Amino acid sequence: MPEDVPAIELDGVVKEYLAHGETVQAVKGVSLTIGEGEFFSLLGPSGCGKTTTMRMIAGFEEPTKGLVKLLGQDVTNVPPNKRDINMVFQSYALFPHMNVWENVAFGLRRKKVADAEIKQRVGDILEIVDLTGREKRRPREMSGGQQQRVALARALVNRPRALLLDEPLGALDLKLRQQMQTELKRIQREVGITFVYVTHDQSEALTMSDRIAVMNDGLVEQLADPREIYERPASKFVAGFIGTSNLLSGTVDAAEGDLLVVRLGEHDRILVPGKAAAGDTVDLTVRPEKITISTEQPESGLSVVRGDVAEITYLGTYNSYAVALADGTEITVFQQNAIDSSTTAERGDTVWLSWRPQHSYTLS
Amino acid sequence: MRGKLGDRALYVYTWLIILWLASPIAVMILFGFNDKQSKSNTSWQGFTFKWYQQLFAIDGLTDALVNSLIIAVVSTVLATVLGTLLGLAVGRYRFRGKGVTDFLIFAAISTPELVMGASLLSLFVSANAPRGHITIIIAHTLFSLAFVVVTVRARVVGLDPSLEEAARDLGAGTFTTFRLVTLPSIMPGVAAGAMLAFALSIDDYVVTSFVNGSEQTFPLWIVGAVKVGIPPQVNVMGTLIFGIGVLLAIANAVSARRKTTH
Ligand SMILES: Nc1ncnc2c1ncn2[C@@H]1O[C@H](COP(=O)(O)OP(=O)(O)O)[C@@H](O)[C@H]1O
Ligand SMILES: [Mg+2]
Repeated sequence: MPEDVPAIELDGVVKEYLAHGETVQAVKGVSLTIGEGEFFSLLGPSGCGKTTTMRMIAGFEEPTKGLVKLLGQDVTNVPPNKRDINMVFQSYALFPHMNVWENVAFGLRRKKVADAEIKQRVGDILEIVDLTGREKRRPREMSGGQQQRVALARALVNRPRALLLDEPLGALDLKLRQQMQTELKRIQREVGITFVYVTHDQSEALTMSDRIAVMNDGLVEQLADPREIYERPASKFVAGFIGTSNLLSGTVDAAEGDLLVVRLGEHDRILVPGKAAAGDTVDLTVRPEKITISTEQPESGLSVVRGDVAEITYLGTYNSYAVALADGTEITVFQQNAIDSSTTAERGDTVWLSWRPQHSYTLS
Repeated sequence: MRGKLGDRALYVYTWLIILWLASPIAVMILFGFNDKQSKSNTSWQGFTFKWYQQLFAIDGLTDALVNSLIIAVVSTVLATVLGTLLGLAVGRYRFRGKGVTDFLIFAAISTPELVMGASLLSLFVSANAPRGHITIIIAHTLFSLAFVVVTVRARVVGLDPSLEEAARDLGAGTFTTFRLVTLPSIMPGVAAGAMLAFALSIDDYVVTSFVNGSEQTFPLWIVGAVKVGIPPQVNVMGTLIFGIGVLLAIANAVSARRKTTH
């Protein structure tokens, strides 16, 4: 089969539920393609339709409208036990009356794989997830992290075309979470299987994914690689959801080549790439770590705004400044905590904030 | 000091309760070994094994016991199968008539046996059903069913629905999922329900006495024998039934322990 057939394809997928006599659209029309071997994340706040989307890929829910394709084949009406993909459940869903070995061998036994091969493959996968020697344990005798890895092994041993993971690290504490993030990435590279990863944790999605679909209210707001999602959020929602960002709103003064000149207050002059007519109101965003804070007038060619330092928070490797502009807008600035830091701004000081035009973006 | 005194009081109290609970059983077992000469078996007259040797010497009693065992086994199997299916349905699904079903289950448990027996009798009479084995089995299945439903439902409600989805996801069809995942998960509830059903059937007197026709069961025979004196064979049979119960309980506890420490 040709190389460029996507592992998973959603085409205009809609899911409606009937709740209390009313139809609710959990997913309002999602189209996306996920490539072979990709680490793909569905990211969004709770209730935005991530689980529903994933359950339609797995086959537990039938779309109200639209198509689900696996490797180019329409599987919209194929039941989950006939689909060549596996899922890792948030609750792990390990069979409590079976030991680790029986849990992991469950899928291969259903496919009537020969005993010798089952032995080989279960042994291999337990080694990959670092559980060799624990075969006879019952799930309830294991820690959360170990159960997590059993669930992973139980799915991966079937060599599925894609693995679906629904907030798989949600039940673990922070330290174990970070450890498992690295572990998951390593395992994915090792087995080379497409991962579809559901999470509401933006830092998790940013560190692990090849590409991210940011979802909001049943729709995909932006689909791009982590860098672009972070650096160039496509909408107000994405900018607000991913990391800390500053949202500004101003009137276009003029267009200078590719740049718009946007005015906020009388000392402020913002340069931002974009297209708009003079007099239009535009929304734009800039990340806190891209902003320089200074007590002297910055060089020309930069975006410049003036404000008063309202709050300084020491956060170890950097300081966070809250600067209030004349119109009341508050801007967050992160400044590295270097020894030769030139910034000596104190609370109450009037300061200049500046950044390069290409570090800010207009929002739709 | 006070804790120590409290501990001791609790200890004594516990043993008193155990003694109280165990004394009728102890008396039953003991008088199965009583070498009684008179008609009644109420005063100790010496030790003997002869009632064990002559266990089946009284034809009417033996027949009644065999009847009771057949009725108990059949009604337990019926109540367990039907009750498990009903327990799955009421535990998992919301359906039209669920409220009525829940109420009927509660009613079946809380209805006085006299009322149930009398109404079953009038039902059978008006349906022109000849009373005997079949009507007793129907009656026993009916009152045990609700207990199986309740014990199974408790397990079903506590069952993580993603367990069954995981089985489906790993390639198991509907029936395989039920056999390999659902049933083992609710098995403790099914087993508890079955044991309750058996225990309720084997010693039921009130309901049975309404619907038995001319059929004798173990409890009916004993009550009939009270006036002329209960033979020691009854004690022996009671002891044996109790012994089997204890063995089952031990087996259950051992297998539960093996499961947790394995
Ligand atoms: N079975 C269902 N019946 C009714 N509404 C549902 C059902 N499943 C999900 N929903 C609704 O659909 C929306 C999306 O849910 P979900 O996909 O679980 O979101 P997420 O996983 O992103 O938190 C929510 O508003 C939820 O209440
Ligand atoms: Mg979810």
